[in-house]
Amino acid sequence: MSAASTTPRAAVSARQLAWRRRRETLRRGWAEFRQHRAGLVGLGILVVFVVVALAAPLLASSTDISVTRAPGGVLEHPSSTYWLGTDDSGRPVLSLLIWGARISLLVGLTATVISMVIGTLVGLMSGYFEGWGGALLFRVTEWFLVIPFLPLAIVLATVLGRSLFNIILVIGITSWPATALLIRSQTLSIKERPYLERARVLGAGRSHQIGRHILPNVMPMVFANTTLTVAIAILTETTLSFLGLGDPTRVSWGTMLDQAYSVGAITTGSWWFFMPPGICVILVVLSFTLIGQALEDVVNPRLKARR
Amino acid sequence: MTTLATADAAVPEAEARRSGGRRSYGRYVLGKVAGSAASLAFVVVLNFFLFRVLPGDPARTLGRGRLNTPEAIAEFNKTYGLDQPLPQQFVTYLGNLLHGDMGLAISTRAPVSQLILDRMWPTLLLVGTSTVLATLLGVWLGMNQAWKRGSFFDKSTTWTSLVLYSMPEWWLGMVLIALLASGVGPFLGWFPTGGLHTDAANPTVLDTVWHLTLPVITLTLAYLADYSLIMRSSLLDELGEDYLTTARAKGLRDLQVRNRHAARNALLPTTTLIALNLGFVVAGAITVETVFSIPGLGLLAVEGLRGPDLWLLQGTFLVASAGVILANLVANLLYGLLDPRVRV
Repeated sequence: MSAASTTPRAAVSARQLAWRRRRETLRRGWAEFRQHRAGLVGLGILVVFVVVALAAPLLASSTDISVTRAPGGVLEHPSSTYWLGTDDSGRPVLSLLIWGARISLLVGLTATVISMVIGTLVGLMSGYFEGWGGALLFRVTEWFLVIPFLPLAIVLATVLGRSLFNIILVIGITSWPATALLIRSQTLSIKERPYLERARVLGAGRSHQIGRHILPNVMPMVFANTTLTVAIAILTETTLSFLGLGDPTRVSWGTMLDQAYSVGAITTGSWWFFMPPGICVILVVLSFTLIGQALEDVVNPRLKARR
Repeated sequence: MTTLATADAAVPEAEARRSGGRRSYGRYVLGKVAGSAASLAFVVVLNFFLFRVLPGDPARTLGRGRLNTPEAIAEFNKTYGLDQPLPQQFVTYLGNLLHGDMGLAISTRAPVSQLILDRMWPTLLLVGTSTVLATLLGVWLGMNQAWKRGSFFDKSTTWTSLVLYSMPEWWLGMVLIALLASGVGPFLGWFPTGGLHTDAANPTVLDTVWHLTLPVITLTLAYLADYSLIMRSSLLDELGEDYLTTARAKGLRDLQVRNRHAARNALLPTTTLIALNLGFVVAGAITVETVFSIPGLGLLAVEGLRGPDLWLLQGTFLVASAGVILANLVANLLYGLLDPRVRV
């Protein structure tokens, strides 16, 4: 296959060639990713959770998670009917877990998209523009980086009010600075490379330089960073929900833990109520972390000696 | 090229060496202090606007279920100066802040600054003890993991660190309470489930230690995971370096090579990353204090959000941010002392 892509045929347009090159890079990246056992384990765990989240309506009836139509008794022990027992309003914990996976994953993924868009834009701009604009953006990034994220998130969530959209917004707004710094330092080093000088000499404008040359080069880095950010976003959602800032109308692993704590499941020994959501959070966060680390190795050859 | 981030740029380092790094420490200190002052000013301004400009009228957010009539809202706005024009409010806010006045908590009518001072010590005790323990253990662990990389010790402890890193620290606290403090199960309540003293009227040292054992273990484990992972990867970065080969060629024993050469260099990036992670330390304090009902700053912030009591939240946000900025400055100044190459 590699022979075909290195000898261009006359009939192939530049665009086709570019796409073929990208497919080739992806294939090579995947081959390298497969070398990381930990990364594959993470991917496996994640696939299971994504399938469960998508198939939630098939796996558990939606009446199971309604407080008023709950089928079981209060805080029932695990049994053959309710594998993981019931919560304080008689809802099966297993059904809550399955439906909770949807909200936890949804919040984690969408908040990460917001964070990545802001982080990448700010990072590219502050790295590319040399004047006061770039310097100001860099300062703002540094300022946001030193503000402890949880107090900021608490303040924002309190001021904005409790809803699913707001919690996503809050996590997105508080988690972008690290990405921006990473993208900035990448942009700075790419900007100095000779091929960009060549593009400039040939008359490439700013948007062409950023969009066609710098962005494609920082994309792999953004991608690896994304998976690590999802892990942080899911942890943050759990923590904010635990502090009572989650959307009260939806079930997530964080709101389950908040509820378990406030009805005293910890001191009464109702382990089936607070152990499973915590373990699910650990598994999902761990899987994103493992995938992220493996991806970092793939896109950043300098790290290869490490693991 | 001087605009490059100092952490990964070889060029500024070389420049610093050429211009005689040692003499410029004064200028380095000035630069860092100015940077921190700017960050602090930003936080002060942000703190004001977060609560007044964002959607969500303070009177409505605060008074959920309490202020129902327009008269009550007007009265409320008048009491807290919210009926003034925004620039006027800003000047008042700055003036009050300079006098250490952060307003009155809405629920208790106590001065917020006094509440913060009262609640500072439990937090400093808890976070201080855990940070010292976690740094020592984490650095030791990371060093040994990297030195024997690929061994059973490395693999098992690295996996443990990764699991701890993926765990919400307050959940770990909940599990510890259920296991060791709830009185349910085999361990029959060895430790108290929360609080700082059994009898608040006459606190004893031993009693406080007993109450703080589980929270300190929780936070130490949470921080430890972070620090050991950082130290491990910093030391792994050093392993291939030529100076280690030289040290071995000189005939130094393995431990000497590790402790006197490799670990010292690996500690430098570890210091920066630990400073960058200070926000994470604050997050841990907030949630763990909540789970163990320790009357510290973190619990105060949570009380502020439960109210919601915006003035209390504002005060704790300001103090937490100022604390992180200050600790960051200290870490940066220390780093400049340890590594002359960063003084550019």
